Amino acid sequence: MDGQVFKKLLEEIAEKMKENRQFLTDLDQVIGDGDHGINMDRGFTKVLEKIPSMPDDVSMCMKQTGMTLVSTVGGAAGPLYGTAFMKAGDAIKGKEEVGVEDAILMMDAAIQGVMKLGKATTGEKTMLDSLVPAYEALKECLEAGKEAKVCFTEAVQAAEAGVEYTKTIIATKGRASYLGERSIGHQDPGATSSLVILTVIRDFLV
Amino acid sequence: MKKLINKPENVEVEMLEGMEMAHGDLLRKLDGFNVLVRADKKQGKVALVSGGGSGHEPAHGGYVGTGMLDGAVAGAMFTSPTPDQVFEAVKAVDAGKGVLLVIKNYTGDVLNFEMAADMAEMEGIKVDKVVVNDDVAVMDSLYTTGRRGVAGTVFVHKVAGAMAEQGAELAEVKRVAEKAIANVRTMGVALSACTVPAAGKPGFSLEEDEMEVGLGIHGEPGTHKSKMMPADEIVDLLLAKIFEDMPMGKGDKVAVMVNGCGGTPVSELYILNRRVGEVMKEKGIAVKKTLVGDYMTSLEMQGGAISILKLDDELEALLNEPANTVGLKI
Repeated sequence: MDGQVFKKLLEEIAEKMKENRQFLTDLDQVIGDGDHGINMDRGFTKVLEKIPSMPDDVSMCMKQTGMTLVSTVGGAAGPLYGTAFMKAGDAIKGKEEVGVEDAILMMDAAIQGVMKLGKATTGEKTMLDSLVPAYEALKECLEAGKEAKVCFTEAVQAAEAGVEYTKTIIATKGRASYLGERSIGHQDPGATSSLVILTVIRDFLV
Repeated sequence: MKKLINKPENVEVEMLEGMEMAHGDLLRKLDGFNVLVRADKKQGKVALVSGGGSGHEPAHGGYVGTGMLDGAVAGAMFTSPTPDQVFEAVKAVDAGKGVLLVIKNYTGDVLNFEMAADMAEMEGIKVDKVVVNDDVAVMDSLYTTGRRGVAGTVFVHKVAGAMAEQGAELAEVKRVAEKAIANVRTMGVALSACTVPAAGKPGFSLEEDEMEVGLGIHGEPGTHKSKMMPADEIVDLLLAKIFEDMPMGKGDKVAVMVNGCGGTPVSELYILNRRVGEVMKEKGIAVKKTLVGDYMTSLEMQGGAISILKLDDELEALLNEPANTVGLKI
């Protein structure tokens, strides 16, 4: 994947975020403050505006995407998604073409960044509950020598299972944590928006 | 949704522009940023910056002025402002003696303000921060990222602002801010939800005979629903939570804030305050200052919160220092 292709991917992510704006907001209204979809859509709409002026370099595109999210999304999602994209971009610095093996590097860097900034780990009903299983599934699958498309499909399946898992646990991070046990039964909006992004990536590659 | 707005995406900036037009003697808006700063920037003073999502008016821009904040950053409705906006506020108010960030304990606010602090430090501006966590609704801090910061933040703005106005150093201003944080507790109740313009519908639903206990200030649900009660019983319920967390008795002195959520008439807040006064008298606690009104709202939400600040002589004196802001004049 080169910069041009990556820009198309970004456009699709922005489109899907707009499509899921209400869905994510509704999820957030149950256990948070009901703005996750609104905020993510605002951020990616701004990313969309900036795509034409971004350089044809995947690493730079990702960094600029991250910075744009940080300065437009707000809330906790802004810094967390912003960091994820910036760290992922940093992991592939200087590479003209990005391959499947780089996807593992990028996801690992993104996850480490989110964990550090959010002082969070899996099992806390956050975006990490879909990102981490997706990363693990992707890595395992690729290491087993399976085809990239198959591996991305398995990664999305793992993320879907992760989102389902967030329904069964109590939130201990973010605004949903204030609900305590009342957060059980509801899927996490952040894990869901991460699934949206991962699904776009899979559909783009398959 | 029926609101006096033009477009949902312009609500915040148009509100700030209107505020500047009304109160140009006290504050001005930074061009291109959703930031309000003091009209009369004072040199050689520690500057205070606070902020958060919009929808809490008069917080936070309403506390910009003499004796309180130097800058307030307004995020989207109920959404933390972004780091670049906070950074602009810090740059604009820095008067050479450092800047104290007063953050409410919400994950988004903490993350964005911390990023802004890093940016400011890279520019050579001395920055420190305090995190307000006055809400006692959240019981088990083991399973949370700590308690929320809510209306008690206004007391923190007041005492830290007074300290800064007197010319104190950054460390001293931070010390009294932390003392206020350690001694303030808040508990609230909502009778209805509110509608964020961009969402277009209420954040949660309540039956006619229900109330939401332990609400936050962002239209998020509280800790549990309860059957509606008479005002006195609600006050007893809220105060019991506060006393459980911060035991007080004969000989103690406090400041009281009965805060409206935006959609409750002031008459009802006075009814709440009446019972607060009775309880304090029964317990032998001296009420040295009382604030009743809309101080940190949640758009048009019906409901209220009680904040109690336990006073020592220093906090009492700082609380009584002059303040000239839109939201509080002393």
